[in-house]
Amino acid sequence: MERIPILKMGKFLLITIQVDMHDRLAMALQNDVTDMIVKTRAHGVMIDISMLDMVDSFIGRMLGSIASMSRVLDAETVVVGMQPAVAITLVELGLSLTGVRTALNVDKGMELLRSSIERKEANGAVVRD
Amino acid sequence: MPSSVTESVSIRSSEDVVRMRQWVRARAIGIGFNLVDQTKIVTAASELARNIIEHGGGEGHVQLEVVTNNSRNGIQLTFEDKGPGIADIEQALKDGFTSAGGLGLGLGGAKRLVNQFEIASHVGEGTRITITRWMHT
Repeated sequence: MERIPILKMGKFLLITIQVDMHDRLAMALQNDVTDMIVKTRAHGVMIDISMLDMVDSFIGRMLGSIASMSRVLDAETVVVGMQPAVAITLVELGLSLTGVRTALNVDKGMELLRSSIERKEANGAVVRD
Repeated sequence: MPSSVTESVSIRSSEDVVRMRQWVRARAIGIGFNLVDQTKIVTAASELARNIIEHGGGEGHVQLEVVTNNSRNGIQLTFEDKGPGIADIEQALKDGFTSAGGLGLGLGGAKRLVNQFEIASHVGEGTRITITRWMHT
């Protein structure tokens, strides 16, 4: 079955969505991300959507649930690379991606993940490994 | 409002929704829609086609027409299903209304993304929604 690859980069997982998503692919991705967080003890998940030319409420919902599931597993999620036309359309559609952190690009997303993990460590939260 | 091209696709699965999006995008590019207008009509189409699967009895079709009004081009899409129909259309158009556990942005959201939105629905017979988005001049 077709699947969206998940790359491990240090403490983070990187997912680049390059295909137009249908239901089964989205469901498989949710399962794969949560499995990978547990298996690799990742602290952060970055989802690159720069290749997506549209985000509808289904894809928005999927991004939201990946962020929620990751949070429950103690990993932060950041969505990066949204195209301007997609952002304009999302807002008009009424989708605010509540609970999903966003950054302009992969570099900014990486900074965001790093700083939130450092903040957690400084607050004395339990750190894995 | 004379029309030039009429095409139709059937919607039975989420793969059909993905294919329909690509089809609408190609037509929108073909008649010269800018990127934001393309994205809006494709996103509205995606919401309404998904509605057919989730609420419209799981099967229906989408018809596409390239329409012209005062030398301005537009895309008109008609979504038709023979599902259970919508009893209270006004309520269904409100944000947050959902009968399938989703975000409930489908109808109202799609309406905001287009210039014209018409809906006709009869309980037990089905629903027909027509949307039109005009090109910026």
